Amino acid sequence: MLLGEEDHFNEEGEFVINIGPQHPSTHGVLRLKVWLDGETIKKVEPHLGYIHRSIEKMSESFSYRQFGYITSRMDYLSAHMNNQACALVVEKALQVEVPARAQVIRIILCELSRLSSHLLWFASAGLDLGGVTPFFYAFREREAINSIMEETCGARLTQNFMVPGGIITDLQPDFQKRIKEVLKQFKDNYHEYNEILIGNVIFQNRMKDVGVLTREDAIALGCTGPVARASGLSCDIRKHYPYDGYEKIQFDEVILTGGDSWARCEVRMAEMLQSVHIIEQLIDNIPEGDIVAKTKNVIKLPKGEFYQRVETARGELGVYIVSDGGSTPYRCKYRSPNFSNLMAIPHISKGHKIGDLIAIMATIDLIIPDIDR
Amino acid sequence: MKTLLSYSFSSLATHMHNWLKNVITNDLLLTVTELVIIGVCLLVFLILLAFFLGYMERKVAAFMELRLGPNRVGPKGTLQIVADTVKLLFKEGFTPDAADKFLFNLAPGIIITTALLAVAPIAYAKGFQLWDINIGVLYISSVSSMAVIGILMAGWSSSNKYSLIGAMRCGAQIVSYELSIGLSLISIVVLTGSLSLNDIVESQANGWWIFKGHIPVLISFVIFVVASTAEINRAPFDLVEADQELTGGFNTEYAGMKFAMFLMAEYINLFVVSAVAATIFLGGWMPFHIGGLTGFNHIMDYIPSSIWFFSKTLFIIFIIMQFRWTFPRLRIDQLLNLEWKYLLPISMVNVLLVTLMAIMGWHF
Repeated sequence: MLLGEEDHFNEEGEFVINIGPQHPSTHGVLRLKVWLDGETIKKVEPHLGYIHRSIEKMSESFSYRQFGYITSRMDYLSAHMNNQACALVVEKALQVEVPARAQVIRIILCELSRLSSHLLWFASAGLDLGGVTPFFYAFREREAINSIMEETCGARLTQNFMVPGGIITDLQPDFQKRIKEVLKQFKDNYHEYNEILIGNVIFQNRMKDVGVLTREDAIALGCTGPVARASGLSCDIRKHYPYDGYEKIQFDEVILTGGDSWARCEVRMAEMLQSVHIIEQLIDNIPEGDIVAKTKNVIKLPKGEFYQRVETARGELGVYIVSDGGSTPYRCKYRSPNFSNLMAIPHISKGHKIGDLIAIMATIDLIIPDIDR
Repeated sequence: MKTLLSYSFSSLATHMHNWLKNVITNDLLLTVTELVIIGVCLLVFLILLAFFLGYMERKVAAFMELRLGPNRVGPKGTLQIVADTVKLLFKEGFTPDAADKFLFNLAPGIIITTALLAVAPIAYAKGFQLWDINIGVLYISSVSSMAVIGILMAGWSSSNKYSLIGAMRCGAQIVSYELSIGLSLISIVVLTGSLSLNDIVESQANGWWIFKGHIPVLISFVIFVVASTAEINRAPFDLVEADQELTGGFNTEYAGMKFAMFLMAEYINLFVVSAVAATIFLGGWMPFHIGGLTGFNHIMDYIPSSIWFFSKTLFIIFIIMQFRWTFPRLRIDQLLNLEWKYLLPISMVNVLLVTLMAIMGWHF
């Protein structure tokens, strides 16, 4: 059965291909069904569910101390932020005051993982566009951050450090010194990222005017994070609904109005510097004191509904908990940023080429386990 | 010393021929034996060359990517590529059920054959040339453009949608960039008045064309390097394979030795285009001569001609490898724009300039 027979084309004569679930540039098991006219994309349809692990349902049988741990498997590059969201929702329901030391350490680790996540985005964006070298440049810094994470939290990727009331253990002694080293290394090498990829004329031509997401569409599709901020939508939860003391910290919400892939790149490149800026403010000012607030051994949330949102590296993560007063959630729902951001892909990739679809996927920066959960 | 300097490989060949003539009296048998010897030598040379280029590419990539590259198998990892070849040899040569089996198995052969054919007229050293064909430039450009048939065949017969898109891209790409390559070669042919590679090398005895030909030849050289990178489907013009888009493009369905043949053809093609660029623009085996300075030229003659040829070729290979590890990939429409809107018009004007230069005798 050679190509060219009817079953490879639909009635309109469009060429239908499946990008994924096994494909080098879907970064996981996303499946995009693509209708092509030559090289031009007519329609994209995402098919989900290849990595659905029913994390929300599983959470219903976990205690409030336990259910956060599994979230580090959702958006594994923002494990700290996911944990933080779960801890925050419990703290909000119990009205627990988190010690200042725990808050500062939480922010440092979250910004560090935001930096590391954006570095991975940089690496894979280069890789998706066919440049292998940027990958290694970004992983040089990411490796240093990962070793700090390993020393601090015991895990390099799926960290579980934030618990209801604070953090799980105290810091290791040379935490500050090592973070300063990493920040210096990052700032010294930042110009290399611009030289190897961002400043490259081929990269810019591949990115500019590709996959334009307007501000209205970003709102309508529920896009958040760097994707929406590149379309001119101010949506940083750290600014709008500050948590864990973000209101005391000075940083800029990076907002660009281009809406194309290039704007999304620039937002992330600038956010890396903002994260560095945040960590620099805090690293010498970690207050002494408790690391965790006193909570009961078995946490029982009062009857009612609780919602908490945090800004992960990819956008707004919402945790919605319905409690019936017991020791486990009655219902748990995550509003994950990647799911909403994914929905922008079919919308913005119409009329572009196959190569552009890959570039758009790279700049939307999807983490597939977070989509399916 | 005098004899060493004027030493040419042709005398070695003559000695060999005379010796064989004494041993084998039958004329036909003699010819066949000589052809077999040459063929085996060439194949061994090319396989070793492909190994070397594979090793070199890994090391260049590692050097650019802040890593060490192969360093476990053999001294400094030199045998890694041998280990990989052995692995590929033992892999199952899988043919997909839906594939057109005859074409599917024929395609790697066609690709490697065209790659091997293009090696024939290259002059490796003074007097060391397999076939001094009088239309060498035309021969190389026509033979190497046949590779498109093999790639199209591989992409079509795989019965894989990604492969088909890859093959489609290949058709558009190679046919377009062929034009620029042809025009930049013509600019030197105009200057030398000969299509024979040997004559072109001889014409650079008092300076390589890249120095003698002012800016127009420099432009043709740049266009030739860019267009031939596209012609042999290397990054940033590797749209035919495009791992991240088409999961390997035309060779998605190939495994084992059939895949290794594509890989080997890629490296041989890389060598051929670099060797042609070195021969046409950088004087081939001709040492670095400056017209008039006999003393200087004499010193340069002490370096053997084969070292000149291979160092020039490797220099161009190194540049093309650096392209691959520096640039992201172009998009298909950008690729065609680059050729039809920029390279082709520039080469056309450039050929006119070179022709004017040749008529007026403005070159050195």
